[in-house]
Amino acid sequence: MLELAVQGAQMFSVLLLAPLLIGFVRKVKARLVRRQGPSVIQPYRDLVRLMRKEVVLADNASWLFRVTPYLIFAATWVAAALVPTFASGLQFSWAADLIVIVALLGSARFFQALAGMDVGTSFGGIGASREVMIASLAEPAMLLIVFSLALVAGATQLSTVAAFMGSPEVGLRVSLGMSLIALVMVAIAENARIPVDNPATHLELTMVHEAMILEYSGRHLAMIELASFLKLLLYMSLISCVFLPWGLASAGAGPRSLAIGAAAYLAKLAVLAILLGVFETAVAKMRVFRVPDFLGAALMLALLGTLLLFVSRSL
Amino acid sequence: MISTVALLLCGPAALLATAILAAAVSRHTAATRLVYGAAFAISAALIAIVASHLAGNSGEASATLPLGLPWTGARFRLDGLSAFFLIVVNLGGAVTSLYALGYGRHESAPHRVLPFYPAFLAGMNLVVLANDAFSFLLSWEFMSLASWALVMAHHRDEANRRAGTIYLVMASFGTMALLLAFGLLAGPAGTYAFDAMRMAHPGPLAAGAVLVLMLLGAGSKAGLVPLHAWLPLAHPAAPSHVSALMSAVMTKVAIYGFIRVVFDLLGEPAWWSGVAVLLIGGVTAVLGILHALMEKDLKRLLAYSTIENIGVIFASLGLALAFKANAMPSAAALALTAALFHVLNHSFFKSLLFFGAGAVLTSTGERDMEKLGGLIHRLPVTSFVFLVGCVSISALPPFNGFASEWLVFQAILRSPELPQWGLKVIVPAVGGMLALAAALAAACFVKAFGITFLGRARSAAVERAHEVDRWSLAAMVVLAAFCLLAGILPGFVIDGLSPVTLSLIGDRMPVQMAEPWLSIVPIAESRSSYNGLLVFAFIAISASLAAFFIHRFASHALRRGIAWGCGFADAVPAAQYTAVSFAQPIRRVFGSFAFRARETVDMPAPGSLEPARLKVDMHDLAWEIFYEPIAGAIDFATERLNHLQFLTIRRYLTLVFLYLVILLLVLALWP
Repeated sequence: MLELAVQGAQMFSVLLLAPLLIGFVRKVKARLVRRQGPSVIQPYRDLVRLMRKEVVLADNASWLFRVTPYLIFAATWVAAALVPTFASGLQFSWAADLIVIVALLGSARFFQALAGMDVGTSFGGIGASREVMIASLAEPAMLLIVFSLALVAGATQLSTVAAFMGSPEVGLRVSLGMSLIALVMVAIAENARIPVDNPATHLELTMVHEAMILEYSGRHLAMIELASFLKLLLYMSLISCVFLPWGLASAGAGPRSLAIGAAAYLAKLAVLAILLGVFETAVAKMRVFRVPDFLGAALMLALLGTLLLFVSRSL
Repeated sequence: MISTVALLLCGPAALLATAILAAAVSRHTAATRLVYGAAFAISAALIAIVASHLAGNSGEASATLPLGLPWTGARFRLDGLSAFFLIVVNLGGAVTSLYALGYGRHESAPHRVLPFYPAFLAGMNLVVLANDAFSFLLSWEFMSLASWALVMAHHRDEANRRAGTIYLVMASFGTMALLLAFGLLAGPAGTYAFDAMRMAHPGPLAAGAVLVLMLLGAGSKAGLVPLHAWLPLAHPAAPSHVSALMSAVMTKVAIYGFIRVVFDLLGEPAWWSGVAVLLIGGVTAVLGILHALMEKDLKRLLAYSTIENIGVIFASLGLALAFKANAMPSAAALALTAALFHVLNHSFFKSLLFFGAGAVLTSTGERDMEKLGGLIHRLPVTSFVFLVGCVSISALPPFNGFASEWLVFQAILRSPELPQWGLKVIVPAVGGMLALAAALAAACFVKAFGITFLGRARSAAVERAHEVDRWSLAAMVVLAAFCLLAGILPGFVIDGLSPVTLSLIGDRMPVQMAEPWLSIVPIAESRSSYNGLLVFAFIAISASLAAFFIHRFASHALRRGIAWGCGFADAVPAAQYTAVSFAQPIRRVFGSFAFRARETVDMPAPGSLEPARLKVDMHDLAWEIFYEPIAGAIDFATERLNHLQFLTIRRYLTLVFLYLVILLLVLALWP
């Protein structure tokens, strides 16, 4: 029964935390350039404002355009609900392993790219075509990272992986280090952060993610924005449950360790958000055709990490 | 009591009778309905016979007909493997016939299609049933020739004639390789029955040669790189329902041939055979999908994507070989199950996509994506089922393509237990290639669906398009339902495949039906599990929750307006993103080594009124590296040997005498 409660709490806590995380990252970035910046709860206000506004739909938008925001949101939410945040014993963790979670995000992206092409403007097309180019390199890199994790932990089940990573037998491994670097690079690309894409840009030709959703407005845009917030939270949860597993409450733990897990999770998110803000402030956005080099490096690192594990189980 | 095999053989016989009848009445208007209706009924009956045989647990059944080679007879047999492929062939045949009941009415030259269509189906059924080399090869060649005739149905088109010629050459080459492989298997005693071949264990050299010959023979039919060159020419040249049959079913018959020989007749494999098959599979998958991405002809795109899926299947078969060679039967069973599951899945979604392409072709007359667009408004049902096919083939949950690819990845994760270093290095690399191919496939089908069905209409033909007839729609809807069902209930398929793996490997995957909530658990639950049904339910529930919440609390206002073009609206639909421009980023990333692609920009001088031009130069390396040198060598040799035609009688006699001496010398020196 407790497991079900943990699963439910997790499902709604990711939904509630995701805008706060974005607000916090924005605040960190603003403070770093000595601006006051909007309040950390500004993303919630934005979402409410968008929901209240009317939807302006392009003349030739089809049903797919109207269904896609809900599909993207649902796929991302399901994926985010299956990544352990503060406790590893999730009720439904057996329904989907890490490969499925990656593929669920792939489904969301598939529909997002299609929606970008639905209206038939050049910006939607440019966004969709660049997005699939980035995905075609980021997805294999992500799968190879999953392979390395699976080989170390002997499972692709995320709860098992997280529990194993928390146990003392892991130790320092070269391949895990490579996987971590590759995972961070993939996470940056997948979440359309600097240097791959700029979440705050308003110059159309440099946009990828924003170009695809240029036609969206009102409640549809709110769903898509919330999904992209969730995606950032998902990647941060993934990094923290696999590579920073301290404090994660194990399966069947009591309320005390659950509370410790929740506190530790919030602390980890805060640290990762500050790191992201510092990193984004420190680097410049790269040209679109430098992105394949960046992701190619992630792919090679991930492949190297996997190869090392295939060759020797102890590295 | 008539045996099951005899009953099954009535099917091809009835199909051949239909073919002869069709040749007689093909110019009659009712012929289309008659032929496809009969083909549908026969295929459905064959499925029913196989299903009742399987349900009765009757094991294997065989029959020998007094035809063919006098000392062997024509032998036919039904076992787990052939039963599975019979179901694949006849499901494909039945659904295609259903589709063709409507689609066939648009055929401009029915007398060139109707007689060969049932013959083609009969050939494929006979290949799968054959139990000796002679009937196998005869049926194989019959299948090839029938499909060649269908490719040549619209032979007035120069491109189709060329495709037909190349197909004929490649098919003959493949059959020759198969003939040699069976010759090696039969050994000096000439035992052409499969039962005898199974008993004789060829030496390592002969076994290696048979594997290579099977890769050439079955691989050329299935479309392995670099033997794939004919496939993207020939499959799209045929009428769309035949394209579906060739891509979705005939390639599977080739895979059947490969599995039958390499897993069944050849005995224990060597570990390096796994390396060879894995590598070829991985390279085929990546190159196939890259070619598909560059394509702007919808049917050719689908044909290239077939090559990718064949690559995935062969990579999985290679894994199964590697595990089998190292006595890891449970892992081998997992890899083989994944391969066979993907065979079934690919036959579903590739038929569906070719049917969709056929529907687009009948309603607009176009298969060039650059002239389509916006069809989602004109063809609502077709576009919906085509979207289901695109999601399935892109290996996205909860559809069927993902379930089988997930199993392939699970099999890859078993491979660190393999002892050989070669395999330890190759397997993760091939795993990376398959992941790359899966991601590129998603990109390719975003393009296929987005350019064809979304956006604004790029030609007047699209604006006049109408939804296709009910028969075609029924066939596509059935296939879309299969794609979803196999994706959310993969446990049924996996358990259904267990007799095949038991007979070929001697082990099976754990029983899946006993798992709670119909999950699939290939090894152990703590290790990995997937539940398509729950994932589907979760997505459906959370999407409806979100929609409910929004419609309860958020604004309902909706206004239609012109699209936002950032102050510069594209006036003409031609200014939209095209198929070529969509693929441009990926071409820049992968094209330079995969196609030696080069872009040249021709910029006129300032003030000049000439248009600027961007020229892209791409090469099909398979043609340049393999085919053109071979064709050149043949040309050279024929030119040199040509003068032998114009010798005097004395010189001919001298030549004959010399040959005789050489022949006798060789025979005398032969150990």
